[in-house]
Amino acid sequence: MAATDAQTSLRHAFGNVLAFFILILIGVLAFSIRLFSVIKYESVIHEFDPYFNYRVTQFLTKNGIYDFWNWFDDRTWYPLGRVIGGTVYPGLTLTAGTLWWILNSLNIPLSVETVCVFTAPIFSAFASWATYLLTKEVKGPGAGLTAAVLLAMVPSYISRSVAGSYDNEAVAIFALIFTFYLYIKTLNTGSLFYATLNSIAYFYMVCSWGGYTFIINLIPMHALLCIVTGRYSSRLYIAYAPLIVLGTLLAALVPVVGFNAVMTSEHFASFLVFILIHVVALVYYIKGILSPKMFKVAVALVVSGGLAVCFAMIAVLVAMVASSPTMGWSGRSLSLLDPTYASKYIPIIASVSEHQPPTWPSYFMDINVLAFLVPAGIIACFSPLSDASSFVILYIVTSVYFSGVMVRLMLVLAPAACILSGIALSQAFDVFTRSIKLQLPSLSIDSPVDAGDGSSESVVPDDTVKTDKTEDTQKERTSKKSRSRKSSSESVEKPSSKSQIKKRLSVLPLETSIIAIVLLVLLGAFYVVHSVWAAAEAYSAPSIVLTSHSHDGLHVFDDFREAYAWLSHNTEVDDKVASWWDYGYQTTAMANRTVIVDNNTWNNTHIATVGTAMSSPEKAAWEIFHSLDVKYVLVVFGGLVGYPSDDINKFLWMVRIGGGVFPHIKEPDYLRDGQYRIDNMATPTMLNCLMYKLSYYRFVETDGKAFDRVRRTEIGKKHFKLTHFEEVFTTHHWMVRIYKLKPPKNRIRGKTKKSKSKANPKTVSKRKELKRNPF
Amino acid sequence: MARTSSSSPSSSSITKDAQDLLRALWSAYSATPTNLKIIDLYVAFAVFTALLQVVYMALVGTFPFNSFLSGVLSCVGTAVLAVCLRIQVNKENKEFKDLAPERAFADFVLCNVVLHLVIINFLG
Repeated sequence: MAATDAQTSLRHAFGNVLAFFILILIGVLAFSIRLFSVIKYESVIHEFDPYFNYRVTQFLTKNGIYDFWNWFDDRTWYPLGRVIGGTVYPGLTLTAGTLWWILNSLNIPLSVETVCVFTAPIFSAFASWATYLLTKEVKGPGAGLTAAVLLAMVPSYISRSVAGSYDNEAVAIFALIFTFYLYIKTLNTGSLFYATLNSIAYFYMVCSWGGYTFIINLIPMHALLCIVTGRYSSRLYIAYAPLIVLGTLLAALVPVVGFNAVMTSEHFASFLVFILIHVVALVYYIKGILSPKMFKVAVALVVSGGLAVCFAMIAVLVAMVASSPTMGWSGRSLSLLDPTYASKYIPIIASVSEHQPPTWPSYFMDINVLAFLVPAGIIACFSPLSDASSFVILYIVTSVYFSGVMVRLMLVLAPAACILSGIALSQAFDVFTRSIKLQLPSLSIDSPVDAGDGSSESVVPDDTVKTDKTEDTQKERTSKKSRSRKSSSESVEKPSSKSQIKKRLSVLPLETSIIAIVLLVLLGAFYVVHSVWAAAEAYSAPSIVLTSHSHDGLHVFDDFREAYAWLSHNTEVDDKVASWWDYGYQTTAMANRTVIVDNNTWNNTHIATVGTAMSSPEKAAWEIFHSLDVKYVLVVFGGLVGYPSDDINKFLWMVRIGGGVFPHIKEPDYLRDGQYRIDNMATPTMLNCLMYKLSYYRFVETDGKAFDRVRRTEIGKKHFKLTHFEEVFTTHHWMVRIYKLKPPKNRIRGKTKKSKSKANPKTVSKRKELKRNPF
Repeated sequence: MARTSSSSPSSSSITKDAQDLLRALWSAYSATPTNLKIIDLYVAFAVFTALLQVVYMALVGTFPFNSFLSGVLSCVGTAVLAVCLRIQVNKENKEFKDLAPERAFADFVLCNVVLHLVIINFLG
C-alpha cells in the first residue's frame, strides 16, 4: 500500500509538472495565434474604437492619472465636448498604461502603440489560464487543460483580440472568466480570502467593460438556483454576500458606473437575492438549533407573518423600478431582453452591425465544432451535478440566449462553449482510454487487484492530478443524500471493488473506443485548422489597411491613413471635420482634428444633425455644417474599388437617424418602391442629397461610365457641379474624399437668385431652430 | 413578528405555541459558546447602526448620497463579514472542520481592510 502511495504521489508530481508546461505552451499558443495581423499587415491599431482607446492611453501616459480623470476632450462632439474621465471604462487604458510604465521603468523603451497592439494577445493568454483554473474547479485538471486549449484558439475570441485590436473586450474576457473562477473557488472552499479576491476581480471587470452586468446578474441567478433547488450551504453565503456588498461599493468607485451601481435595475436582482439569502440563512440556522417539532411550529407561525412582509417588500421594489424612467433599464440592456426593442426605438443601437442578431453560419464560423460538443458537456455536467457545474450550465444557457440577440455577445458565449466542450472532450477521452486500458491484458496483469483504482488515476497524464481528491470534493458538493451515502461508503474498503465492477461494466469494446478516439482527434484537428484559418484570413484584417488579391498580384489600399495624414498636414489645427460617426475616433486619433460626432454615440440629436445634413440638398446641408463651424466634410466611398462598407451603404441609417429627430427627412423619399437604389431609377431626393453628390462627384471621369462596383450598377446622375462645396482631396483609390465648405458669398448677384434665397431662408431658419435645440 | 400574526380563531393555542417556540429558541441559543455570542452582538450592533442611518436618511434626505451609501454599506458589510466569520468558526459547522479559527480570523481581517479602504475612498 505504501508503495502505491509513493507511486501515486510521484504520478501527481509528474502530472503537475506536465500540466504546468502544457499551460505555458497554451499561453504561447494563445499569444502567437493572434500575431497574424502583425505579420501579414503591420503593427497598427485596428478599426474604430481601438483608436480612441489608443488616444486615451497616449493621454494617460503623457499627462498622468489625475489629468486623465479630469480630462475634458474638446476635440470631439464639437461644440459640446466630452468628459472622457467620467464616460469611459478605464480598465483597458489603465492596464496598458501600467504595462507601458512598468516596461519603461525597466528600461525597455517600447512605444505606447506597441504596448497597445500587444495588450490583447497577452490578455488572451491570461484568459486561457483563467479558463484552466475555472474548469479545473468544475471538473478537474484534464478538462481544464482541454478547455484552455480550446479557448486559446476559439475564433470568436480571436476576432476581438488579435494583435492591434485594442478594445475593452480584450481585457474584459479575461476579467470575466477570472471573476467566475474566483466565485466558483469561493463556493468550493468557503474561504473569505477568495471572496475578497473575487470582489477585486469583479472590480477589474467593472473597470473594463459594460458587460459586467452579465456577472452581476448571472451570479445572483446561480445563488437563487442553488437556494430553490435546496442546495443552499454556508459556502454559498460566503461566496455571495460579501461579493455583493464589496462589489457594489467597488463598482460605485468607477466614475462611469457611479451611483448606477445602486440605482439601475440591472443591479436590483443582486440586492433582491442578497435579502433572500439572508432570510434563507436565518431559516437554516434556526432549523439547525431547533428540534424538528418546534421548527414546524416556527414555520407555521412565521409563514403567515413573513408572507405579508415579503409582499410589502416586493411592492416597494416594484414601485421603485416602475418610478424610474424606462423602468430603470438602459437602452442596450432593454434591447437584450426584448430583441426587437432597439430596431423599434433606438436606430442608433440598431445601426451598429455588431448589434444585429447573428445568423446560423456565424455560430459555425465563431465557435465551430464546439457547437456540437456543448450539449455533451452539459450532460457531463449533470453527472454528478455540483454547485460549480450547475453554475457552468447556467452560464452557457444565458450566454446562448444573449449571443442570439447580438452578434457581439457571441464573445461571452465563447468561454462557456470552450469550458463545456473541454469537459465533454476530456470525459470522452477518459471513458475511451479507460476501456482500452482495462482490455489490454498487459496492464491489467500488472496490478490485478488495483486495476480499477489505477486506471482511474492514470488515464491520461494530464488527468493524474484529478484522482480521488477532486472526485471527493465534487461528491461533497452534490446533495446531502449522496454525501451521507459517501460517508457510509468511505468507512469500508468494499465500495472500491464495487465501483471497479461498475467500471468494468461500463467498458466499451476495444475497437469502438479506438475508432472513437481517432474520430475525436480528427474533430479536434478540424477545429484547429479552422481556427488557424480564421485567425490568419478572416479576423486579422486591420480594416484601416485593406488588401485584395487579383490576377496581377496583391493590392494594398492604404487610403484611410493617406486621408488622415492629408488632414493633419494641410488643415489648421482648429478646423472642424464632419463625417459620419464611424470615422470620428479615427479622425481625432490619426488626424488630430476636431470632429462633430464620433463612435461614442452618446448624443443622438447631434448625430441626427449630421445625418440630416448628409441627407439634405447641398444648400441646406451647407447651412447646417456652417452653423456647426465645420470646415471640411469627409466621406468614405467604395464604388471605385468595391469596398462595401462605405457611406452610401450606410446612408439609409443616416436618413433614419436624422429622420428620427428632424421629421422633414423621410425615409420613403429616398427609396423607389421600397428599394434602395442609386441608378437612374433613384428618386430625385436621393440624387440631390449631399451624400450622393459628395460620393459621386467627378466619378464619371474615372471610367467614363461611372460604374459603381459595390452596388454593381451605373449611377443615376453622372454630370453635376457642386455649388457650396469644393473638392480638396481624394485618395489614391477614391476611398476617402474630403471636401471644403465654400465661404459664404459676399453679395448675391442677379434677381432670380435673390428671389430664391428669399424663399429659402424661411425653411432654413426653421431648420436652424430645430437644429438649435441640442445646444 | 410571531405575536402580531395571531388573528386566527384559535389564538390562545397560537400564543402558547409562540411562547413555546421563543422558549425553545432561547434555550437553544443560550447553549452557543460565548465567542459566537460576542460575534452575534457585533452583528446586531452593525445592523442596528445601518438601520439608524436609513432612518436618518429618511428624515434628513439623501443629499451626500455617497456618504450615506458608504455609511450603510460599511455597516452591512461589517455585519456580513462577521456572519461569515461566525459560520467559519462555528464548531458545529461540519463544512469548516479543517479551517483553523486563526485562518478564518485572518481572512476576516483582510476582507475588512479591503472593505474599509474602499469605503474611505468612496466617502468623498
